[in-house]
Amino acid sequence: MSLLSDLINLNLSGTTKKIIAEYIWIGGSGMDLRSKARTLDGVVSDPQKLPKWNYDGSSTGQAPGEDSEVILYPQAIFKDPFRRGNNILVMCDAYTPAGEPIPTNKRYNAAKIFSHPDVAAEVPWYGIEQEYTLLQKDLKWPIGWPVGGYPGPQGPYYCGAGADKAFGRDVVDSHYKACLYAGINISGINGEVMPGQWEFQVGPSVGISAGDELWVARYILERITEIAGVVVSFDPKPIEGDWNGAGAHTNYSTKSMRNDGGYEVIKKAIGNLQLRHKEHIAAYGEGNERRLTGRHETADIHTFSWGVANRGASVRVGRDTEKAGKGYFEDRRPASNMDPYVVTSMIAETTILWKP
Amino acid sequence: MAQILAPSSQWQMRIARNSAPASPMTAKMWSSLVLKQNKKGTAKSSAKFRVFAVKSENGTINRMEDLLNLDLTPYTDSFIAEYIWIGGSGIDLRSKSRTISKPIEHPSELPKWNYDGSSTGQAPGEDSEVILYPQAIFKDPFRGGNNILVMCDTYTPQGEPIPTNKRHRAAEIFSNKKVVDEVPWFGIEQEYTLLQTNVKWPLGWPVGGYPGPQGPYYCAAGADKSFGRDISDAHYKACLYAGVNVSGTNGEVMPGQWEYQVGPSVGIDAGDHIWISRYILERITEQAGVVLSLDPKPIEGDWNGAGCHTNYSTKTMREEGGYEAIKKAILNLSLRHKEHISAYGEGNERRLTGKHETASIDTFSWGVANRGCSIRVGRETEKQGKGYLEDRRPASNMDPYVVTGLLAETTILYEPSLEAEALAAQKLSLNV
Repeated sequence: MSLLSDLINLNLSGTTKKIIAEYIWIGGSGMDLRSKARTLDGVVSDPQKLPKWNYDGSSTGQAPGEDSEVILYPQAIFKDPFRRGNNILVMCDAYTPAGEPIPTNKRYNAAKIFSHPDVAAEVPWYGIEQEYTLLQKDLKWPIGWPVGGYPGPQGPYYCGAGADKAFGRDVVDSHYKACLYAGINISGINGEVMPGQWEFQVGPSVGISAGDELWVARYILERITEIAGVVVSFDPKPIEGDWNGAGAHTNYSTKSMRNDGGYEVIKKAIGNLQLRHKEHIAAYGEGNERRLTGRHETADIHTFSWGVANRGASVRVGRDTEKAGKGYFEDRRPASNMDPYVVTSMIAETTILWKP
Repeated sequence: MAQILAPSSQWQMRIARNSAPASPMTAKMWSSLVLKQNKKGTAKSSAKFRVFAVKSENGTINRMEDLLNLDLTPYTDSFIAEYIWIGGSGIDLRSKSRTISKPIEHPSELPKWNYDGSSTGQAPGEDSEVILYPQAIFKDPFRGGNNILVMCDTYTPQGEPIPTNKRHRAAEIFSNKKVVDEVPWFGIEQEYTLLQTNVKWPLGWPVGGYPGPQGPYYCAAGADKSFGRDISDAHYKACLYAGVNVSGTNGEVMPGQWEYQVGPSVGIDAGDHIWISRYILERITEQAGVVLSLDPKPIEGDWNGAGCHTNYSTKTMREEGGYEAIKKAILNLSLRHKEHISAYGEGNERRLTGKHETASIDTFSWGVANRGCSIRVGRETEKQGKGYLEDRRPASNMDPYVVTGLLAETTILYEPSLEAEALAAQKLSLNV
């Protein structure tokens, strides 16, 4: 047993210049993460200098069997918290051999929006609050919940501690350090209102890196729960009834909003969002209608609303922002299974590029 | 409670950039401390301890440990701050963490934060933000390295303390000049009970039945007499690591019940240290898979309750002739018995019966070396003519900000009328 862990933790930098790169991509469902590893001759710090690669798209629902190669373009590099040393994780997006983004590649369009000069000039910042639920492996029932029954009602669990209130903290804490090690801009964690549910926040990140960082953070979480023997669920309403859903509230600001007088820009942006409510909702995650009911700290899915410090609204503006006359706002509509490339670029598009 | 020695000065957290990181309480240490169930030969102990720290089922190695114990200091200046606050019931502790990007030395350098007060019964949904003000810093025994725990109190966005914020008033009392000059010392004896997770029955007790009557358990050792020592010991070291002023620990009269003492601490520190020690205890029991109870009378019948005896002295009490000041303080306390009792913990009437080493809740009494009194004065103090007093009334679920603040207020700031004083002195046979 000790021999196996010695080998896993072997530090290669003393014996070879070679490093291992784990290429990560998003699969055919738009939510499943895939990865495989390859050896590189030496340390690389610029994603553009990493070799393109390919994979079997017919095994991930992304290509037909007779023409199955999908090409991986490396886009962002992070340190590998599992292999450590000089080894890396590489976030990629997926293209046809002809160089076209395949349909499930949402990063391509987002990158275009973020390189538009009007958007780039506004330096859009994102802080994404990723909620998720931990489930017992074979039962798909949340961890800590009695099998065949329910725990006591919500109340004691939010930010709680104690064996009867917090389930799975080791997963959350190891994820926090692993992400910091990897170079992901993780800003905090907390236990959520539903027992077995947790949240971590990534940000503030600029433009396209918000999406890259969140996807790699999700990958690291998937790897850690694999080690721990529990299942991570990004379903927006894992348990029906008087139990909170899981969201991915997205905090957003532009240069104009952060400067003096920004509050007016914020209100104008919220006005734009209101006019495109349906388009946004359609892109904010599958199954969100089970979550956005108007109860459990959500706004009803059909109605757009906003308010200061109001957790029952679609968009919430913090008291600090109102008081200072500048700051940011929080879009509370995205579900935990949203694609951050889609959500971040859509918010930028609607608030900066779109004219009503 | 041992004789009060000089307290350590207010502990300042210095987080130097390149300091050698203190080694954390590793997950390995925790798992070796996890109570082992069904040891061969222990017929009585039937408790099953489920470790909620998730462990790998089919892997041969637990790689999560490496991540939990990762020392980040070679890779980043950033560290993790766990902000801790008291929730809506006045006894539930909450916490969440955030990354801090550069070293800090004083709580005032940490950013204020906010949380969802509607999820803790402290704010309505339409106006849910409650603001956290960092007040005291401790080292994080779970994350190690440069990571910290931060004790906070809670305010509205306008800067008013919310109703459950008892620290604010205590801080006001402790900054009153008369109180500052008296340098009030507190030594608090926190008792608590450990319960099995799903049955809410004390650790080590047979489910559906009772252990042998009290007698053998106080300060004892042995698998049939001491249940949960791993938690008490792990907590002791974790608190010392964190910088909490823990002065001792012992097994209590009721099996499954323990006590630790924090002090001597000056003024507001006493409250901060007790609350952080309670948080650390809640985190440790979480990992061990047992439930912490601060209920003052967890089991009805011929079983001791759990208290939070508070030892107290002022500069005058500690100096020559201090015994007179102690008697005057007791006199003041007797005149405000009702006010104190109502603030000394929910459910205390189930505990203060006059039996099981308590005084009846309705009557104020005091005595030297008398554990059946409201206030006990030690024999050493009587002999030397100076020292401290022990208020035995507070329950285990008391709020130390409230209790320490009240003790200082009643004994230093409160002036009873002369007739009231005289009557009380007669009643208590106190020549003051």
